[in-house]
Amino acid sequence: LSCKVLSSVVTPCYCFVSPQIRVKPDNTGVVTDGVKHSMNPFCEIAVEEAVKLKEKKLIKEVVAVSCGPQQSQETIRTALAMGADRGIHVDVSGKDYENLGPLQVSKILAALAKQEDAQLILLGKQAIDDDCNQTGQMTAALLDWPQGTFASEVSLEGDKINLVREIDGGLEHIKINTPAVITADLRLNTPRYATLPNIMKAKKKKIVTVKPADLGVDVTSRLEVLKVEEPPQRQAGMKVETVEDLVVKLKEAGRV
Amino acid sequence: ISFFTGCRSLSQLAELPETHQILRQTCRDYADRELSPIAARLDKEHVYPAKQIQELGAMGVMAMEVPEELGGAGMDYLAYSLAMEEISRGCASTGVVVSVNNSLYIGPILKFGTEEQKKQWIQPFTTGEKVGCFALSEPGNGSDAGAASTTAHQEGDEWVVNGTKAWITNSWDASAAIVFATTDKTLKHKGISAFLVPMPHPGLSLGKKEDKLGIRASSTANIILEDCRIPLGYMLGPRGSGFKIAMQTLDSGRIGIAAQALGIAQASLECAADYAHRRTAFGAPIGKLQAIQFKLADMAVAIEGARLLTWKAALLRDSKKAFTKEAAMAKLAASEAATFCSHQAIQVLGGMGYVTDMPAERHYRDARITEIYEGTSEIQRLVIAGQLLKEYQL
Repeated sequence: LSCKVLSSVVTPCYCFVSPQIRVKPDNTGVVTDGVKHSMNPFCEIAVEEAVKLKEKKLIKEVVAVSCGPQQSQETIRTALAMGADRGIHVDVSGKDYENLGPLQVSKILAALAKQEDAQLILLGKQAIDDDCNQTGQMTAALLDWPQGTFASEVSLEGDKINLVREIDGGLEHIKINTPAVITADLRLNTPRYATLPNIMKAKKKKIVTVKPADLGVDVTSRLEVLKVEEPPQRQAGMKVETVEDLVVKLKEAGRV
Repeated sequence: ISFFTGCRSLSQLAELPETHQILRQTCRDYADRELSPIAARLDKEHVYPAKQIQELGAMGVMAMEVPEELGGAGMDYLAYSLAMEEISRGCASTGVVVSVNNSLYIGPILKFGTEEQKKQWIQPFTTGEKVGCFALSEPGNGSDAGAASTTAHQEGDEWVVNGTKAWITNSWDASAAIVFATTDKTLKHKGISAFLVPMPHPGLSLGKKEDKLGIRASSTANIILEDCRIPLGYMLGPRGSGFKIAMQTLDSGRIGIAAQALGIAQASLECAADYAHRRTAFGAPIGKLQAIQFKLADMAVAIEGARLLTWKAALLRDSKKAFTKEAAMAKLAASEAATFCSHQAIQVLGGMGYVTDMPAERHYRDARITEIYEGTSEIQRLVIAGQLLKEYQL
């Protein structure tokens, strides 16, 4: 497979270091001031897989992409330190960034894939801040490409890809054509720690900044967040003496 | 190589350069995921973290200043301080293994070794597979390094070394040692020379592993030399320059140990602050009480001050300026911060601080040695005063 470019998405997600996630007083979202951004763990796995494919000489080039404000460049730089060749930073900030969702990101990725003539898009299966699990699937649909989601094993065979997917029923083996979209699941690999020499080499690798408008993408959100609230406080449980009591209590609570 | 030419002083350093930020984060991630979870067990079972040292070696952390051609990371001392702090925050024992290899073993060979010696004695020690140690102290002298009683005399084309070295970190896990021995007792400290000795080696044996209060995952023991014969080419630097080599090496080593102490202090602060959120007393989290708040504030100030001193010493060294005074200040401040913070962390945790369920007691035990090795706090004060008095022309 002479893969021209492999586009790997690195989603900068909020990494909550403190134990407290707090809802904003106006209930429009969670407090993000002073919270650290770092690379989404599933995207780390995707980058690792891309770098591995390049090391096996199965693909030619790994391009790391991130959509977000200026700080996203640090996430891209980390991907470069892991072995990606160059980066594309799609500059989205302020209110646009707050409202940026899977549909907008997929449109951006689709546009970039066409621009870069990519053969493969590797992303994390979902972001750990919003847990949407939609971007990969939407990107494939927009490009009309096959998709292999929740991948726990990927191998290239000629111009096809053998994939093992982790699904509720177990493991599913599929074979898809390229170009394709793959989303990484937890057990696909263990991401490497960037080596110090590579962290320094990453400094010289290029990151290009573009705006969504340059790609012909409108990032206006189609969704309106009505309200964000904390889950209800955990109630105390109740002890019962016998199974019969349990059934009575469940019926009383309308559970059966 | 310094990666922020122009940023030669702390006041110009508004923010760490991006490379250093990524390096710091990478080491922090490694420490959080691979070191913190096992640190208690390593301490309890006195286990050398061989696998972790190899992983750190693969990352380039075991030879941070070594040029890439020799297998190192080619980074500066500011980067080294950052890495040391993050790793020690996860596991102080692992931190000292990294520090000794970088500053005390590789450091002097990089500075005083021949090209041949660098290839032979540095290159294999960059991957974490092999580590080195630094044998200066003896049962009869620690602070009084000039009184070395280990001797080396020439016999044909060999040096024959005799004597005992004490308190040698990494001794049981090392593949080489830098041994300081006197080649001419009449010249006192100017008669001391430095030697590279492979381990194991005929004539070199190890004493029992010391059962220490802290940093228990790193081995500490005597090195006994009985007619230990090494080729003439194994002398490091010119004859009689051993004391100078040792003192200059320790200057740099102090920056590494200061960073280790910072890591321990930082871990203590985080432990205490976290506990202050959760533990309630008198109807509220104890973090709401001024008594606790004052402790946390004092801890934070001590750490931040020591950290800036450490970075300043590192920056001066990277700019090839004199840094002896600043390195001593950093080591003094950081080690005293570590003992202070770990002491207060136990106090904040109360009874919980006294049991092994929480890491506070391990930080307390780990911190204590930082005021002793690589120059006691008393020696640091002498070094600082000596520099000060020179500045004031006394």
